Amino acid sequence: MEKSAIDKAKNIFLSIFSGLDRQLGLILLGLAGIGFITFLSASQNTPVRFEDELRNLAISFVVMWIVSRVPPKWLETAAVWIYGIGVALLIAVALFGLIKKGARRWLNIGFVIQPSEIMKIAMPLMLAWYFQKREGIQKSWDYGVAAIILGIPVLLIARQPDLGTALLVFAAGMYVIILAGLPWKWILPFVGIGAFGIILIIIFGGTICAQDVVWPLVHNYQKHRVCTLLDPSSDPLGKGFHTIQSMIAIGSGGFFGKGWFQGTQAHLEFIPEKHTDFVFAVFSEEFGLLGNLVMLALFFALIKRGLAISASAPNPFTRLLGASVTLIFFTYAFVNIGMVSGLLPVVGVPLPFISYGGTALVTLGFGAGILMSIHRHRRLVQS
Amino acid sequence: MVSFKKPDLDSFQERIHIATLFVTVCFLLLVTRLVWLQLVSHSKYALLAESNRIALVPAPANRGLLIDRNGIVIGRNYSALTLDVNAEEVKGNVDELIDELSQIVLISPRDRRNFKRSLEDSRKMGTFPLRSMLTEIETARFMVNRYRFPGVEIRARSFREYPYNELASHLIGYIGRASKQDIERMQIEIDNSKAGDPDALQTSFLPGIHYVGKIGIEQSYETVLRGRPGYDEVEITAGGKPVRTLSSSPSVPGKNVVLSVDIKLQYLVEQLYGNFRGAFVAIEPETGDILAFVSKPNFNPNDFVEGIDSLTWKELNDSPQKPLYNRPLKGIYPPGSTYKPFMALAGLETKKRTPSQTISDPGYFEFGNHTFRDDKKGGHGIVDMQKSIVDSCDTYYYLLARDMGVNMMHDFMKPFGFGQITGIDLQGESKGILPSTEWKKNTFKKPEQQKWYEGETISLGIGQGYNAFTILQLAHAMANMANNGIVMKPHLVKAIEDPFTRNRTLTTPKESYRIDLVPENIEVIKKAMVEVNNSGTSASVFKGTGYQVGGKTGTAQVFSLNSKEYKHSSTAEFLRDHALYVAFAPAEKPTIVIAMVVENAGFGAQYAAPIARKALDFYLEGKWPKEIPEWKRAP
Repeated sequence: MEKSAIDKAKNIFLSIFSGLDRQLGLILLGLAGIGFITFLSASQNTPVRFEDELRNLAISFVVMWIVSRVPPKWLETAAVWIYGIGVALLIAVALFGLIKKGARRWLNIGFVIQPSEIMKIAMPLMLAWYFQKREGIQKSWDYGVAAIILGIPVLLIARQPDLGTALLVFAAGMYVIILAGLPWKWILPFVGIGAFGIILIIIFGGTICAQDVVWPLVHNYQKHRVCTLLDPSSDPLGKGFHTIQSMIAIGSGGFFGKGWFQGTQAHLEFIPEKHTDFVFAVFSEEFGLLGNLVMLALFFALIKRGLAISASAPNPFTRLLGASVTLIFFTYAFVNIGMVSGLLPVVGVPLPFISYGGTALVTLGFGAGILMSIHRHRRLVQS
Repeated sequence: MVSFKKPDLDSFQERIHIATLFVTVCFLLLVTRLVWLQLVSHSKYALLAESNRIALVPAPANRGLLIDRNGIVIGRNYSALTLDVNAEEVKGNVDELIDELSQIVLISPRDRRNFKRSLEDSRKMGTFPLRSMLTEIETARFMVNRYRFPGVEIRARSFREYPYNELASHLIGYIGRASKQDIERMQIEIDNSKAGDPDALQTSFLPGIHYVGKIGIEQSYETVLRGRPGYDEVEITAGGKPVRTLSSSPSVPGKNVVLSVDIKLQYLVEQLYGNFRGAFVAIEPETGDILAFVSKPNFNPNDFVEGIDSLTWKELNDSPQKPLYNRPLKGIYPPGSTYKPFMALAGLETKKRTPSQTISDPGYFEFGNHTFRDDKKGGHGIVDMQKSIVDSCDTYYYLLARDMGVNMMHDFMKPFGFGQITGIDLQGESKGILPSTEWKKNTFKKPEQQKWYEGETISLGIGQGYNAFTILQLAHAMANMANNGIVMKPHLVKAIEDPFTRNRTLTTPKESYRIDLVPENIEVIKKAMVEVNNSGTSASVFKGTGYQVGGKTGTAQVFSLNSKEYKHSSTAEFLRDHALYVAFAPAEKPTIVIAMVVENAGFGAQYAAPIARKALDFYLEGKWPKEIPEWKRAP
């Protein structure tokens, strides 16, 4: 009797967790654990509730679990639809969207949604689907088509304006395109121009950031952000304040950190968005370089594992999708830590699995679920 | 159309490797950045985080008292309720807030201006008074409405008060809110002072300093009076809200300053001047203690403490009476005949004259083609030295001046302090003019102006010409003579008192130097000056004194005090002669020396000497003139 009850429970447990990639699961558990303890410290004295964080983590897990059960084939079938609906919603935003803080990003369809979020997943799905379709018969104009698929939503998002999300969606699509085989001779010139541009900005930052210099193609506030990054002290109480304060938090953490709940920068409200976009500063201050190295190691392991899963995926769709999703995780982590530590301009990018926020956790859970699904269905497809 | 190779697994994996490499490089970049921030620059950021987190909330120190030589307090502090507003919590809508508050308590436009000025100069954590000295009713009314005004509270604050109002205003000075320039100047003082310097300690925490002495004793003894503000080390949020107190350092109250001035004597003299303008300085010759330092008219220093209102300021500043002008310190006057005793002494010391040597005075002295007149028509007849002083014979001194020459006069007068900074403990002293050929050369631009003309020497003998001294210098010179050539530095402060133990540290009287004089010569002059009050120009004024007093009247033609500025309508009055008087008493062993001027009053004997007589009667014998209201100790 007793034994069979235990067996029954064991069976239920196994049926829930079977198919979830163990390595990936442990890494995500580690990151979510770091996220949770940091959240506890960061949310002290703020209106954000501990129950909400638990709920968000649960939802994220459930989404991941469900997606991991979904065969990649289904995603392949749904890809065009998801992309199509996403683009349609973006057009709707452009026409009827809500305006908040000068940006038209939201759509009221009974409840308010932000369609650009959908594109973060829809873009790699769609492009992976496309290259899957063109498998073996790729022509140069395939990249033209891919560019159009990529360009339309990116431009729509950039026009909102939401340059940060546009860049992330663009990156997600570019990963697929590059991994799909975009010739190096087409890639390298852009890498070269980009690197050259960055060097120019660093050298001539002072000149081009002068008050009366107008930058073509970008909004004034965007110029301000880049310029503030180059010299945060130029605007210590305005835009530069966030960067300066988060750098102080990170730097003052030292090697071992100030200890959990001991971060003065965080607890005395010097860090903006301390449980969302700037949560890394809170973690850094309290757990020091040591904690950061552990966190970075976890992220690195996550990416290595994701790429490994993709590398052994059975067809171009799963390969491209998996690798792109993995590299999105990487991009989020890199851009977030880069911005919080004053290496990159401040753009609204959460730190994967660490930052508080339902939408991001669900999106990331969805991504993790895709990776697990690819891993789980690998053998099935092969056999 | 170019055709590409099928993207097989191999090429995909190749790209995955490249992606891995790219990711690795990016992570190394992050690690480098974090090592830079958390190891290399750690100490810098740790310091920044600490200074972010901690604010020092100042606790102002009590200012030292001002006490006269007999223990009467003439500058003190009192505590009153004020309405304080925390600058952090009202950003933006200051006027609205004040409008609302003004429905509950009275807030004048001046209060509003002062408050807004404070806001502009504010630093982090600033709380500033909007309205001081709340009445009981106002306090009660605010307390009922308090919930409506977060960041506004009632607090007890310490205020400076001068209980005798106008009395001695020029010597006391006043305190006022520290301006940005004051703070910057103090910062420089601190930076320049050496470690371990007790004065540096007194000024070490600037944010606690809201008031500084602006003129007078309040200014010159600022570092003694101020004390050291204390502070609480408070942990604050980014928004400036205090979280908890980490430590506190108590304030050290300022020291009391004991003046050498006898405030009752000061009061009496100020009353005796009535509506006359003028300056009066009394010195104790043996010590250099200044006993009275009067500048009339004066002003009420209490008006300045919380910022003077523009109407009062305009009135004071525009008045032709110049009540803000510190006459004994800055006003320069020709000494007139009060200079004669010094000239006579010069004649003896330089051996140009003997006491018995006489001249015959026809009533004038011709030099070149100019006639220098004596004020007595027909002259004084045969005049020896004593008579020259007693009768104030001009011709005697025309001749003496001619015989000495300008440079000999200059060299003799200089050590007495004429035309020199006396070094009194007040700022802004005028130097005056003690002419010499060198002085003229340095002062004028054109060569023909630089040349000294012999004729210019003559009138110097009777204290006219280029001679121009402050009343302080005249009193100082008189004291030096009364003290037989021992020069004591004049000072207004006698001692520094510890506010707790009441122990006094004397600011030792400083003997600056001695003038080498023949005692018999001084006796001749002193005797002649006593005779002035027995049978001379001011004999009637000094009839019936219980003490011997030496003196000399003077009447000086108006020369300085910017007479050009005066309006036509008042010109007549302002062109009248100044009445001067110098005295020392008791003659045998002087304990008090007086120099004074009554501006545009006329003859010295008529207007100045009577004031000196009454002052001496009080100081030496305690006699209070009937016509002057009794001295009343401030409540």
